[in-house]
Amino acid sequence: MVVQVAEAPQTPAAQAAADDSQAFKPDLERIEIELLLEGIFRHYGFDFRSYAYASIRRRLWKRIEEEGLPTISALQEKVLHEPAMMEKLLLDLSINVTAMFRDPNFYVTFREHVVPLLRTYPFIRIWHAGCSTGEEVYSMAILLREEGLYDRSRIYATDINEVVLQRAKAGIFPLERMQEYTDNYIKAGGKRSFSEYYTAKYGGALFDQSLTKNVVFSQHNLVTDRSFSEFNVILCRNVLIYFDKTLQSKVHTLFYDSLVMFGVLVLGSKETLRFMAHEECYQQIAAPEKIFRKVK
Amino acid sequence: MPYSIVAIGTSWGGLLAMSKLLGSLPRDYPIPIVIVQHRGKDSDRLLSQLLQDATELTVCEIEDKDLLEPGKVHVAPANYHALIERGYVSLSIDEPVRYSRPSIDVMFTSAADTYGNEAIGVVLTGANEDGSRGLAHIAKRGGKALIQSPKTAEIPIMPAAAIRAVPTAEVLPLPQLGTRLIELSHDTANALTARRAAL
Repeated sequence: MVVQVAEAPQTPAAQAAADDSQAFKPDLERIEIELLLEGIFRHYGFDFRSYAYASIRRRLWKRIEEEGLPTISALQEKVLHEPAMMEKLLLDLSINVTAMFRDPNFYVTFREHVVPLLRTYPFIRIWHAGCSTGEEVYSMAILLREEGLYDRSRIYATDINEVVLQRAKAGIFPLERMQEYTDNYIKAGGKRSFSEYYTAKYGGALFDQSLTKNVVFSQHNLVTDRSFSEFNVILCRNVLIYFDKTLQSKVHTLFYDSLVMFGVLVLGSKETLRFMAHEECYQQIAAPEKIFRKVK
Repeated sequence: MPYSIVAIGTSWGGLLAMSKLLGSLPRDYPIPIVIVQHRGKDSDRLLSQLLQDATELTVCEIEDKDLLEPGKVHVAPANYHALIERGYVSLSIDEPVRYSRPSIDVMFTSAADTYGNEAIGVVLTGANEDGSRGLAHIAKRGGKALIQSPKTAEIPIMPAAAIRAVPTAEVLPLPQLGTRLIELSHDTANALTARRAAL
């Protein structure tokens, strides 16, 4: 039997260059990542298999470098045999960064175009899906209070991750970010002085606990859990960007099923409903903000 | 080599440099272009509009999962990272990297990890060192690294840092960078023509 072997490059430099670029096999990396995510799902039940690939890859490599491991397969060995490593990785993969009054213009638009709709309801049910550490939940609570709607609102703030929900409930945010949040609050059309809403305590900014009087924090997994009620507003900003298109579509079905007729769906400012099954069931109100109304 | 992506990073002075560079490319430039230009977190679509005035290519600000297309310039939006996937772009609001979101390093690294030796990275004028690590990653994966010559850059810090990180990169003045990008696109153009003929 004749086995063909590729000719070796001639110079050592060419050899080194060839080794380096050939050492990288994107398809092999993909196999390793898919195996790791499959292993995590089957052993621990956390399902990251339909998360946006480039983002998952970046977070996995950050963890691998911090642990001083050589490959994704090496991380897999650790994750499957050491629950403590799984806990670390769970935080890496599931925490989404957020800020109070992020994209201030959204809040201006929400006051102008959604608040008048909400005034027509005797009772307002809001689902904040993927609320992470809660910054945007407090932002919405402040807005509703300033518009005189808070007392007839209930906000259901959910996230897959119990750790971030505990932080959200505590309502303590880093003091060093208050300047940024104050700027955002002013640009967002805030009607008071932002410092009225918090006191410096426990090395952080402790937010007015009455802001969470009508907030229910609860664990909910967008990937596997079903609808749990009907809402007038669903907020899900910059969460679905971490999912692939198939999973995005699935979650949009969940949102559609959970909205009352003429209910409002809010996405992040760079997210769309394009190619989603219910795209034509919504009307965008107040472009360029991604605020949609369910019309059929 | 049929290249699949041109990834461009710049900060201070970038608008003028990119206007010239994109202005020198033809309307049917076959490789999708992705740009990260540092800017304020609340800045709007003005950058895309100004770039559109300077080029025959179609300029668009990236929305999540936008498809990468020939003849298009995809601009990373303010306050988001842009991550290159095979054929499209995902956005992320992960922490800023070296104080930047969008980060050139993040975009370049994802282009290299997704496209390997089919990626071209270009570093233009800028006042910090973002982009150098990402460009080194593109070179390491076998991709092509191009840098605006610091002498011709409005602010030389970014290209100079990139040269230190990637000594093997091609360093060219702005007009020649455009010519080089056109040369490098020939294999992609041929592949595209062949694919269209087959349909």
